[in-house]
Order: sequence, then C-alpha cells, then structure tokens
Amino acid sequence: MNETKTIQVKHVTRVEGHGNIDITIKDGQVQNCQWKVVEAPRFFEAMVRGRKWFETAHITSRICGICSIGHTLTSLKATEKAMDIAVSKQTENMRKLLLHAENIQSHILHVGYLVLPDLLGAPSVFPLASSHRNEVLVVVRLHQLSNEMSDLIGGRTTHPQRPVVGGFTKWPTPMELKKLRARLEDGMADLDALVELVRAHADRLPHFERETEFIALKHPNEYAFYDGDITSTDGGTWPVKNYPKICNEFLVPQSTAKFSKHNRESYMVGALARLNNSYQQLSPKAKAVAEVFSLQPVNCNPFMNNVAQIVEIAHCLEDGIQLIDAILADGIVDEQAAAAVKAGKGAASVEVPRGILFHEYEYDDAGICTWANCVIPTNQNHGNIQKDFESLVPQIKDRSAEEIELTMEMLVRAYDPCISCSTHCIFI
Amino acid sequence: MNKPKVAFFDFASCEGCQLQIVNLEADLLAVIEHVDVVSFREAMKEHRDDYDIAFVEGSITRRSDESRLKTIRENAGTLIALGSCAALGGINCLKNFFELDYVRETVYGDRTMNYETYAARPLKAVVPVDFEIPGCPISRPEFVRVLKSLLLGKKPEIPNYPVCVECKIEGNICAFERGMPCMGPITRAGCGATCIKEGSFCWGCRGMVEDPNTDAQRDILNKYGLDVNDIFGKFRLYTGYSEVAK
Repeated sequence: MNETKTIQVKHVTRVEGHGNIDITIKDGQVQNCQWKVVEAPRFFEAMVRGRKWFETAHITSRICGICSIGHTLTSLKATEKAMDIAVSKQTENMRKLLLHAENIQSHILHVGYLVLPDLLGAPSVFPLASSHRNEVLVVVRLHQLSNEMSDLIGGRTTHPQRPVVGGFTKWPTPMELKKLRARLEDGMADLDALVELVRAHADRLPHFERETEFIALKHPNEYAFYDGDITSTDGGTWPVKNYPKICNEFLVPQSTAKFSKHNRESYMVGALARLNNSYQQLSPKAKAVAEVFSLQPVNCNPFMNNVAQIVEIAHCLEDGIQLIDAILADGIVDEQAAAAVKAGKGAASVEVPRGILFHEYEYDDAGICTWANCVIPTNQNHGNIQKDFESLVPQIKDRSAEEIELTMEMLVRAYDPCISCSTHCIFI
Repeated sequence: MNKPKVAFFDFASCEGCQLQIVNLEADLLAVIEHVDVVSFREAMKEHRDDYDIAFVEGSITRRSDESRLKTIRENAGTLIALGSCAALGGINCLKNFFELDYVRETVYGDRTMNYETYAARPLKAVVPVDFEIPGCPISRPEFVRVLKSLLLGKKPEIPNYPVCVECKIEGNICAFERGMPCMGPITRAGCGATCIKEGSFCWGCRGMVEDPNTDAQRDILNKYGLDVNDIFGKFRLYTGYSEVAK
C-alpha cells in the first residue's frame, strides 16, 4: 500500500477542553501516533498561595465547571484534614448526596450529549433534537433531575455555595428532600429508557481491549465515591496521603498537562476503574444494568467506560434514595459549620466523575495557604490514552482515514476527558 | 426568515459558563429553534465560520491565543464575552500577582520554559467586545435575556446597580450582620444575590458596578469593624486584571 494517511484533529470536539490527535500512516506503517494536550495552562496551585483557608475551595472549584462539586468537596476535605476538623454524619451524608448529583449530571452530559451522537451516527445532539426528540428528552430530563439535586443540596449546580469547611451554610428541609426522593424514583423510568437506547446501539462501541492498571478509591462499606483508600486492579491498597507515589506525574513534550504512571506504563481512572475495583458494592439496580451490557470486572475495553457511567448513574439514583432515607430517619439538625483555624498540611481524595482526584494544602497559623497540589483524573488518564493510541491505531491502520479518525475521536471521548482541569498539576 | 447563526468558543476557563447553556435543559431546545448553532466545540463536531453572534468564554493567557480570538472577532458581527474570565479576566488573573516565572516554576518545575504563558486578561484587552455577560458562572436567565435582546435587534442591558438591591428583594439577612465581609455593595447585580441567599457572602464575581460607591463600602467596613484588606483580597479574586498587568 503506497499511500500516506494523515489524521490531524485540531481540538477534538465534544470533549471538555482542547486536545489534538496526530497520526501518520505511511505505506501501511504507523509512523506517528500522538494524543496531544494543548490547553492553555492555568496555574491554580500558584493562584491559591497566599489566599485564606475558606477561599481555597472557592478558587479550586473553578478548575472545572463540570466537576466543580467534586473539586469543592476534595478541597474542603483536604483543608479539614490539614486543620484536624471533623464533620458530622449529617454533613458526610449530604456531601455524598451532592456528589451523586454531580456524577449523574456529568455522566448523563457525557453519555447523552457527547457520546450518543456517535452511536446514532449524528455529528452532534442538535440534529437529534428533531430526529430523535423523545430520546433527547430522556437525556434532558435526567440532566435536569441531577441539576435540581445539586441546586437543592449545594445551592447551585456549578460552583456550589453551601458546602464549606466544617459543613454546610444551609440545609434542605425534610419536605424538599422528600420531593427529591420522589423525583429520583421517577428518574428510574428515564434510566431504563437510556439503558435500552444505548443497548440498541452498543455494537457501535469498538471491541478493543488492552490490559492496563485501573486505580480508584476503595471503601470497606460502600461503593467508594466520597471516601476510601487508594486501590489498584494490580493489587495493593494505600492511604490517600501516599498519592504522589501512586501518580508519579511526569512532563511530556507534547502536552501542557502532566502524565502519570504507577506499576505499568500507564493506568486508567474513572467509572470503569471504579467498577473494576468495587463491582460487588454496586447497588442492585446498577448491577442489573451492568448485566444488560455484560460488563463484568475486570473489563479492559476503554470504550466500556461509557457503559460504566450508565451503571453508575443507576447506582447514584438508587443510593441517593437510600441516603435521603438515612438523612430523614436521623432528622435534619440545623447545625452551623465550625472550623478552628490552625497550621497544618493535609491531603484528601474524592472519586469525581472522571476518576480519582487529589488535593493537598499546607496552611500557616493564620490559615493562609502556603502550598498546594492538585492531581486531576484526566491527567492520570492522558498516559493511558496515549498507550491505547499506540495499541489501537496499528489494529485499524488499513481502514479509511475517516474511519480511523472517528474511532480515535470516540476513544478520546470514551475517557470523558476534562482537559481544562488537567493542565495545571504539579509536583514540587 | 433566516435564523441568526451563533457560535461558542472558549479560551482559558473551566467551561462552566458553556455548561450553563447546556443546563438550560428543555429551554435549550427552545433556544435552538430560534438560532442556528454553527460552532460549539464542546457539544458538536460540525463547524462553520459564518456566524453572526459569537459567545466567547475564558480569558486570554498566552500570546499564541490572540490570533484565534482576532479571527473570531473578524468573523462575528457581534462578539459577546461569556462569563467573568472573558468579561473581567476573572479568577485566572490571580496568577498575575506573582512573577510569571515563579508561577511557572511552581507548576512545571525546571521545564518551565516549555510552557508559554503571560498575564491573564479579559477579551477586551485583545479585541473590541460588544457586550459582556459577567458571572462565575453566568446566570442562565441573564444569558437568555441577552440572547433574546440580540434576536430582537435590541441592545442587551445588564444591571448597573449593586447586588445589595437584589439581596434586599430576596429578603436575605445582610452578610455583614452575620459577620462576613461582603462585596455586595459595589458588585454588579444580576445574580439574584445567589451566594448570600445560600448562606455565604458576595465574592464579587460579576465585577463592580460603574462608578462604585467605595466610600459607602468603607463606611460599612468601619461600622462592622472589618479590615479594608479583607475586601481588597476579595476584590482581587475576580477583578484583579483592573489592578495590575495591563
């Protein structure tokens, strides 16, 4: 075959942030195949230096609009760790509920608005609004439900106001929670419709497998989102404070974001990594959804991350109902967030939609932030995306340039990368 | 009648303002019945350069981004800065208070020279901007109001009175009464005083009203025994660009 195929996608569409695909296949040989991150660096770790303890979460929330709740909660937990501040059971339950809201919101945004067009053969969701009106309305309703949930618990869908160091500034009323509970139950019908819609087109997801390491939080009592230790499908459990030894961030010339590796050349984080590590702790409904797609651990097809997100939507809806029941059974106390400021250093981790997130801060006696580090999920995935490129492109190199381009775009999209998040991570 | 062609673009930002447009939910379906969305990288693969209205999110943080913004300006009849990063410089400008080499070294260590950056700035520091929708994130109703005005051929208006006005209408207890230094007296309204309503205080994300009454702000601080530095630090959160690095 004497031809040169060049696939250059500048700014991959339907992902958050700016990344490029650069592939050259000459005479049937892959000569170049790169995933490049070209997002403008933003330098958050420097920006929080010199700011007060109650401002760090406000600032780092702005790392990402889609996962601002996750950044806020991770930041609050890290500050609380640094200052030995304990939070109540009520705060913990409410934060878990808020995190569920964000996971549903982010996952449905990804699966419904960004991935579904690939499955239905459309360039975007906009033409689907007329050609597949009912399907789009299912997606819109689930998205709206998750945003109502964020509004109610966090005070805003993006950059939440209520969660603060030590607790919340305002609590929902029992009546509001009961209404939300009913809405979550109603959401199950839309979830079923979504599952059926994706199942009917799941054959469009490429069959590609590459063994890799999956890293996520793990908790003894629950499917870990809000808390846990670091774990890996290669074996091992580590306390969160050891995160720099897990992430091993390094710089590569093609990217303004750092890459990561642990046991192998790369690892994956996100819904599929969580499912691969904690499948047994999924709610019954979530397991049933996984079975519809024959998704069992350990699954090494990155395209199945899309499906793992649907499984997690089911889990968050069902577990959200359980959490509301627990909160209502305990009764909502109008407690005030309390924080005694002192010097210290603390790291914390939360599973946010795209995977395991770490924040670490150091504060002085006056509660001024003197040092910060944030390790973002997408950063940890960049290396794995690159390794998938190197494995998948040779397998499909004889297809047309258009087909290769679409498949590689779908691969990038499957990771649900949050690229603006990922371009400001550090080691010192 | 031809529908106006609308495009969305972003520079350094969290893309949270474009997310608010997705968050219009069913109203978004109504919006797209009245406009043709011809470019929206975060949501669609299609792209065309013949847009009438460009909404641009994010601040400009490196020289190499200027040409892309200038092209957008040339293509667009109307260019709208979407959100505080685009309209004011926003939170990205916090880095302007440090020496840039220090900032880069903090994040990228000894490989710092590979990572281009300069002082973060709003769009209007690079190209003329027709209208601004401030906010971190933008208010969804305000976005819809501005878009409706544009579609009707009217000049969009956003409030030029302080957050305190809306805060009173909301019936909130004043943040100062709760012992919190608040930016409400000098910050542009339009958010429904949402942060104060949720138990926090105004962070000043929408920037200042024109001709803010800084004397009154100082009087309030004195009345409640608060330090002017408390406000100064907050002022820098979103409107730092107006202070340094022009």
